[in-house]
Amino acid sequence: MMATVPMEHGLILAALIFALGFVGVLVRRNIVFMLMSIEIMLNAVGIAFVVAGARWGQPDGQIMFIFILTMAAAEVSVGLALVIQLYHNLKTLDADAANSMKG
Amino acid sequence: MILLLLIIIPLIGGLAAWLSDGKNNTLPRWIALGTLMLDLVLVLLLWKEHAAAVSLLPDTWLVEIQHAWIPQLGISFHLALDGLSLILVSLTIFLGILSVLCSWTEISERVGSFHLNLLFILAGILGVFLSLDLFLFYFFWELMLVPMYFLINLWGHENRVYASYKFFIFTQAGGLLMLLSILGLYFIHGKSTGFYTFDYPLLLGTAMSPSASLWLMLGFFIAFAVKLPMLPFQPWLPDAHTEAPTAGSVILAGLLLKTGAYGLLRFVLPLFPDAVHMVAPIVMGLAVAGIVYGAVLAFSQTDLKRLVAYTSVSHMGFVLLGIFAGTTVALSGAVILIVAHGVTTGALFMLVGMIQERIHTRDLGSMGGFWTTAPRLSSMGLLFVLASLGLPGTANFIGEFLVLLGAFPVNSTMTVIGALGLVLSAVYSLRIAQRVFHGTTRADIRMPDLSVRETGMMAIMIIAVLWIGLFPQTILDTAKPVLNELECCSNHGEPISAKGGGQ
Amino acid sequence: MHNYLFLIPALPFAGFLILALAGRRLSKTTVALVGAGSVGLSALLTMIMAIEFIGSQGETFTQTLWTWMKVGGFSASISFTLDALSLVMLFVITFVGFLIHIYSTEFMQNDEGYSRFFAYMNLFVGSMLTLVLADNLLLLYLGWEGVGLCSYLLIGFWYKDPANGAAARKAFIVTRIGDTSMAIGLFLLYANLGTLHIQELMHRASAEWQIGSPLALAAAALLLGGAVGKSAQLPLQTWLPDAMAGPTPVSALIHAATMVTAGVYLIARTHVLFTLAPIVQTAVAVIGAATLLLAGFSALTQKDIKRVLAYSTISQIGYMFLALGVGAWSAAMFHFMTHAFFKALLFLGAGVVILAQHEEHDMFKMGGLRKRLPIVFWTFLLGSASLSALPLVTAGFYSKDLILWQAWSSPTGGLWLWLAGLLGAFITSLYTFRMVFVTFFGKEKIALSMKPGRRMVLPLIVLALLSIVGGFVELPETLGNLPLFSSFMSGVFPASSEHAAGTMEQLLQIVASLVAVSGIGFAYILYIRKPAFTEKFAAARPVEALRRFWLSGWGFDSLYDALFVKPFISIARIIKHDPIDSGYDGIVTMNTALHRVLSKTQTGSIRWYAAGIAIGVVVFLGIVIILS
Repeated sequence: MMATVPMEHGLILAALIFALGFVGVLVRRNIVFMLMSIEIMLNAVGIAFVVAGARWGQPDGQIMFIFILTMAAAEVSVGLALVIQLYHNLKTLDADAANSMKG
Repeated sequence: MILLLLIIIPLIGGLAAWLSDGKNNTLPRWIALGTLMLDLVLVLLLWKEHAAAVSLLPDTWLVEIQHAWIPQLGISFHLALDGLSLILVSLTIFLGILSVLCSWTEISERVGSFHLNLLFILAGILGVFLSLDLFLFYFFWELMLVPMYFLINLWGHENRVYASYKFFIFTQAGGLLMLLSILGLYFIHGKSTGFYTFDYPLLLGTAMSPSASLWLMLGFFIAFAVKLPMLPFQPWLPDAHTEAPTAGSVILAGLLLKTGAYGLLRFVLPLFPDAVHMVAPIVMGLAVAGIVYGAVLAFSQTDLKRLVAYTSVSHMGFVLLGIFAGTTVALSGAVILIVAHGVTTGALFMLVGMIQERIHTRDLGSMGGFWTTAPRLSSMGLLFVLASLGLPGTANFIGEFLVLLGAFPVNSTMTVIGALGLVLSAVYSLRIAQRVFHGTTRADIRMPDLSVRETGMMAIMIIAVLWIGLFPQTILDTAKPVLNELECCSNHGEPISAKGGGQ
Repeated sequence: MHNYLFLIPALPFAGFLILALAGRRLSKTTVALVGAGSVGLSALLTMIMAIEFIGSQGETFTQTLWTWMKVGGFSASISFTLDALSLVMLFVITFVGFLIHIYSTEFMQNDEGYSRFFAYMNLFVGSMLTLVLADNLLLLYLGWEGVGLCSYLLIGFWYKDPANGAAARKAFIVTRIGDTSMAIGLFLLYANLGTLHIQELMHRASAEWQIGSPLALAAAALLLGGAVGKSAQLPLQTWLPDAMAGPTPVSALIHAATMVTAGVYLIARTHVLFTLAPIVQTAVAVIGAATLLLAGFSALTQKDIKRVLAYSTISQIGYMFLALGVGAWSAAMFHFMTHAFFKALLFLGAGVVILAQHEEHDMFKMGGLRKRLPIVFWTFLLGSASLSALPLVTAGFYSKDLILWQAWSSPTGGLWLWLAGLLGAFITSLYTFRMVFVTFFGKEKIALSMKPGRRMVLPLIVLALLSIVGGFVELPETLGNLPLFSSFMSGVFPASSEHAAGTMEQLLQIVASLVAVSGIGFAYILYIRKPAFTEKFAAARPVEALRRFWLSGWGFDSLYDALFVKPFISIARIIKHDPIDSGYDGIVTMNTALHRVLSKTQTGSIRWYAAGIAIGVVVFLGIVIILS
């Protein structure tokens, strides 16, 4: 039987990657990079699910990860479509330029 | 069945008017008129039945229908009619017909949807006057609100958006308080009897602690006081009345305000007699303050329509005084005044509408000397001005006199201050007469006299005002059983009537 | 015949309806026929009723038309009562009214509002008749307000001039103040006695109330408030002089002969209440005495011939109040009747004069009309003599003498009231003959612009005749002792205090006669013999100041202006924009400010929102962790 990685390590890794992705979303202005950062955050959540699944010896965590993968694919396609529309309308990839909802 | 028809016919007629809107603007008007005529026939039938049944016991309803609606929650579709509702339903149809007529030339855009809204309001008002299930009542209460909002917002004058918001927010806030009270009553009754129901006759006489009764009463009361309007809740009224199209003002002043008075008579007094007794002196004070305040403000206005709007505040103060005085005489006065005010103020608003259609302003400064060019308009207008100052012989006099006569034994100080309103009403009414009809004719104003349609409308209203002023007994008798009951439940201030019946 | 009683007020009302609905389309002749004819028929009916009434030994008769309202123990019906008091009123209203209507058919000949005028006049007569015939106070109130309305409409008859409108409004509002007091009186009476039926009310009042009981005092005082408003007595007298803005026949009918005496009628009708409230009754006498003097002095200084007559009317009604106040009920009614004759006559005569002098109202610009308008002069002179109570031959003498005698002899009267009346009598003859001398004597100043026709002269002659013979229906004990009038009234009023007939009465009569004649003589000296001296005297500084003060009616107008009108208008101006609404505006402002702050957080930047979500999550997680 393989020595198991302690759950805490896995979770800390997930949290770190999540935070990294989140900081990316906040500091990046280029919308493509923001999208990429969101992908990183999604993957961090995926890791957390797998770790949790391993901890309880259940397959649900891995199934959940597969869901996340498919959802990420869908999300990226929508996201990229939005990016193209944004560029088409504003001639820039700067997310801050799209602030017409300003109150 | 006849009650259901009464409400459904305007709803269907409204939809028909809406659908018929097209190139031909007159078709929706005729449909609306025809619809209301049909309702009028029904009302006349009801009067005929009523005349046959005057000897009915006071607590039985003349016509009643009840169907389960949402039985799980104790909600039923319960409509009923007694003398009081009959009077108000008749007033509704009467003013409904007149408001269709007075929009004949004033409204030229989106005629179909205008009449849709108009008829939906009327249906809502009829529902309010007829429902006996509190849930259903609340439903109709809100039903009349929304189309009225559209009527002001879409067909109103310059400042209509502001006015419509103000109207909506005020009445809606009041309505929500009432909803809370309805639910409170529902649960208190349910808790104590184990039988959850919204049915009014069953809720009557629910046992509750005095403080609960007071709070529930206040919820209802504020909703109705906003509509009436009572003094601190009146600011929506001048704006809404001024900005609404003529038909809207007529319905607002003639009917919507009356739903408040009706609510007080139908729900507040019978449901919470003790709480009413407790707050009566305060409310009478506010009523009297409203009489004086409205009259002074009416005097100071320069916009004729706004002036008329403030007179409503003053007159409804009399109604409130009568209701909370609680003697049969005062209550009868309030009922007469409800009808009288509906007709005279409606007529005055129509008059303002006619003037505005002709000279395109409501500013008193640009009027004057209409008597020379438009004698028919002026003489008829003068009559309504005089009615609004409560000249004996007109319906308003009967109302105001009976209210004050009945309120005097209950609270003479308030009555005396309220009588001051008689002087103040002369002050503002004669100001209208002077500034509009009398004075020198302005050369730059073309003021053609009334058309046949307009003359006919005004003549009908004049006949109504004088008829009630000279023969009020029909209305008094019709309302009597209901009001006698009310006096019993607001058991105070027994008038001296026991001493003898006069002559 | 009694069953046609309702026709007496109904006929003028019908005339009003015809004229109001179709007046524009009718010819002037038809309008005149309808207008005057309806009143004439009423007068005829009144005659027939009177004959029948006297034949039936003065039996009170009531006709009920329908129940007006009946609710919760209160009931009032539209019903009319005929008794001696209302019959006298009926007679004066219909008969004098008819004469004035005839006069008006010519007077208003060239007015564009011909049919409107007669419509209002008919409405007035109908309302006035309702007032006097009403068998309950509510119906009386209907007539009361109705005549007020007609007075308003007719004062402002020439509506194009805003000044007339202002005078009309003043009249209506001032009397309405009195009316409201009366209405409160009605509430009080009903609340305590349970009916408004007059006979029943008087009956119950005397049965249930002690003399001087607070309720009786309050009720009588409130009714008095109504009476002083309508009858232009202190302190509500200010409207009557301004009311002269209306056409002259209106002044004659409404503001001299009939409507303004409604207050007298009201007090006479409810005299039982006043006897129960001696303090209020004394107040009536004092008000009457004060008013008659005040108005008399004001009349002395007026230049406008109609304003002289207006103040004179106030003053003469003051006499009637004085009589009521000392319990001389039938003397008051007697004076009401004679006053109606001669004052209507004087107004009508003045109307002719004004018309003949190019609408000139200032007497001092007129003169010498004696030769130009002989019939008018002679009738006017007779009217003036009657007003000045010229002894023995005039009606005014007998009625005023009766009042003065009772002011002296009645238990509630006294020396001071009598002296006030006496001084008033002197002033009356002074200002009356001042008017006569200035207008009709001296040099002719303005050429005549018209001659009165038959329809104007005839009423003058009839009224002049009545101003003389009208007094012979009541001769004092010292002079023939023929108390026809008071015995006619005895069914309504309690017998007035027993006459201590004899030398005292004779003595007082002689004094009063001398005073009246000396007033005339004084006027003769001042305005015929030595007009130069009079002018010089009037121009002297203190006299001039006093003259101005009296001319303005003792400054009451400016006083009320400063006390009531101006404050009311400034309050109205201050609260014009509804301060309560401003309160709600405060809520709106607060919400707007709040929403401004919150909307600042909506930057539109997606990164800002993301950061917001993150911080929110951290905060909530932190709270959860700390709490757990």
